[in-house]
Amino acid sequence: MSALIAFVSPVLLAAAEEGAEAVQHFSDGGALAANAWLIPVVPMVAAFLIVFFGKRSPFKGWGLAWLSMLFVAAYGVTLFLSNLAQGITYQGAVSVANIGTSPYGTGLELEWGWMVDGLSIMMYAVVGVVGFLVFTYARSYMEGDVRFTWFFAAFTLFAGGMLVLVSAPNIIQLIVGWELVGVSSYLLIGHYWEDHENSSAAIKAFLVNKVGDVGLFIGAIIISLSAGSFRFTDILDVVADGNQHSALARFGFWAGLALFIGAMGKSAQFPLHVWLPDAMAGPTPVSALMHAATMVTAGVYLLGRMFPFFMAEGFGDEVRSIIIVIGALTLLLTGLIALVQDDIKKVLAYSTLSQLGYMVTAMGAGAYTAGLFHLFTHAFFKALLFLCAGSVIHAVHSNNMSDMGGLRRLMPYTFWTFVAGTLALAGIPIFAGFWSKDEILAGIRFAGSSESGFDVVQGGAGLANFVLIIAIVGAFITALYMTRALYLTFFGTYKGHGYPHESPKMMTYPLVGLAFFAVVAGFINIPGVFHLFTDTVGTRFFGGFHELEHHAEGLHWVLAGFGTLAGVSAFLFGSMLWANDAPTQEERDRFWIPGLYPLLAKKYYIDDFYMDGIVRPVRGPVASAVDWFNGHVIDLVINGAGLLATKLARVVYWFDQRGVDGAINASAAAAGGSGGLLRLIQTGKVQQYAFLIAAGTVLLVAGFIVF
Amino acid sequence: MLINQFLLLGAALFSLGVYGVLSRRNAVLVLLSVELMLAAVNINLVAFDIMNQDPQAGGQIFALFVIAVAAAEVGIGLAIVLMIYRNRRSANVDELDLMKL
Repeated sequence: MSALIAFVSPVLLAAAEEGAEAVQHFSDGGALAANAWLIPVVPMVAAFLIVFFGKRSPFKGWGLAWLSMLFVAAYGVTLFLSNLAQGITYQGAVSVANIGTSPYGTGLELEWGWMVDGLSIMMYAVVGVVGFLVFTYARSYMEGDVRFTWFFAAFTLFAGGMLVLVSAPNIIQLIVGWELVGVSSYLLIGHYWEDHENSSAAIKAFLVNKVGDVGLFIGAIIISLSAGSFRFTDILDVVADGNQHSALARFGFWAGLALFIGAMGKSAQFPLHVWLPDAMAGPTPVSALMHAATMVTAGVYLLGRMFPFFMAEGFGDEVRSIIIVIGALTLLLTGLIALVQDDIKKVLAYSTLSQLGYMVTAMGAGAYTAGLFHLFTHAFFKALLFLCAGSVIHAVHSNNMSDMGGLRRLMPYTFWTFVAGTLALAGIPIFAGFWSKDEILAGIRFAGSSESGFDVVQGGAGLANFVLIIAIVGAFITALYMTRALYLTFFGTYKGHGYPHESPKMMTYPLVGLAFFAVVAGFINIPGVFHLFTDTVGTRFFGGFHELEHHAEGLHWVLAGFGTLAGVSAFLFGSMLWANDAPTQEERDRFWIPGLYPLLAKKYYIDDFYMDGIVRPVRGPVASAVDWFNGHVIDLVINGAGLLATKLARVVYWFDQRGVDGAINASAAAAGGSGGLLRLIQTGKVQQYAFLIAAGTVLLVAGFIVF
Repeated sequence: MLINQFLLLGAALFSLGVYGVLSRRNAVLVLLSVELMLAAVNINLVAFDIMNQDPQAGGQIFALFVIAVAAAEVGIGLAIVLMIYRNRRSANVDELDLMKL
């Protein structure tokens, strides 16, 4: 315990003293930050405009979507650059309602606002740039789709929801964005809903996400009630005070665990990862954006936003060992599954899971910058790989790598950009993934050392060192499955039908743009040379917590060596396995370990377990209970109401026949009868009329005289 | 001066007129009977004027108006009778039931 206090306390004290000062060094961003609310609002407005006017607007809605993403990209990059130059911390808020007081006496203000600090600016830039390129690509990809306009409405809503989430300065707005992303991902995954499989995938993604969301809600309720505010800055101020007897500290472990379960759902961590590979049912641009910049990064973003809470002793620190274990499990197990997939998008999906495992592990190990840096670089090369896969699928008309092969010469742009993405993902030096992966390894290594303070947290240092080995093995596996995908898709002989050709320029240009970032994005943070990313994202943080993590002074040569060795050896090993075309696919994937292939092909039977172990046992009784309830209660109520209605109708019918019709018929008969009588005296003879007048006069006069 | 005899004369004349209007068949005679009724009214007007010694002689002047209007009325009435006769070759009131339509 003492070691942890030794590590955290001085830092907390220093942060408390210097925090306010440190923040004052930064600019408030001026008009640029004050108007940053436009970033989430513009795509949201565009999404609604596309819904209502999309079909009549230029390019059937794509134009509006593309312009809104261009705006976000331009604004995000401008903010990112000015953040590099001067550092921006700004928080805007508009009060919506006061919804009562917390049990600890403070008012709970419901606000809509926008956060402009290193973390959110990085996300604006990534979502904007990747989103802009993916939207550009999507126009050609979706050409001729029956729901072209609707697709772009939902896609813009998807990006807009993520920006709402990222810009949230309070936990309520974060949940709003979180659910917007969830619902629009449901719409997009189920875009080709004519196929039952696709709509089931959408439902699966939605339900699995909901499991995580329950955790997020519970965590948000505990944290905001015990901290007395929804605002992240207020919550983190409570953490910064470090009072071990505060309500937040007392509920710290459970709140942190619940929040992490929420992050596990969205970021698809191990037991809740099953929705992500199925989400491949959506169009490829959706997969690209979902796996790169939006949706799956939300969980990592949440961990980053609440990072000081997870680091502070007595608050969420005990959750860290759970986080690191879940992350490590995810990165290893899902990476192995990627080795046996035939669907190229599924290979990439499992690769995303594995890389998310890296990010979460980094967060658990306390390597805040490393985790977010990997999120940053991964966004570019994973979007690139997905768009390459989309380009290949567009040409071959099949998702399966067994229908591909030999596309190297037919699709040169796609091939070379795919190679750039592969090298970046495999962590080959100078490519983006190398720098971020190396930082994660260094971060885990530091967590395993005695100076980190992590060794006192439930087990500690040994755990971190074990995870470090898993992470290096994971790097080997990453390079191995990417080598496999590269060989099966682009080398050997073509096994599909037709004559594939390179995709149109609208699709290849975004590939080149992303490939550029996949190569250079890592240079922004070379340990010991540049630390722009650390400076901007890592150290500029509300609440003055920037000193909480350890920063490597230079490149960790030993770990970088191990990482590179893992990547290169995997590439050589993979070339040996998959370079020759001769044996069948399954034979080549079997390796030599007995029983491994079926286990991997069945995805460790997790999906089967969920289906047979949870869904069916629950669905059966629930379905029959609902059926019984429907048959015995609802039908009873309905039948009773029906019976009552017929009885009432009889009464009304009687009244109608006798009462209303009777009155009407009687008045008609009276009119007819009096008419019949009166027509007797209408003879048309003048003298008869005159006689009647005279007789009437006489009668009147007689009446006046008598009475 | 006694007014009774004038009133009795007027009443007798009026009754004769009413009788003529209701019982004569010929339209011309019906018109003549209407004239009788108007003459009875004129007698009443003049008689009451004299009895009241009206310095402005309103009753006598009104009687002159009635005579003038009666002349106009007879002119129009005879024109109508002439047109009916031309159309239907008869001036018999019994056969006229056009007012039924």
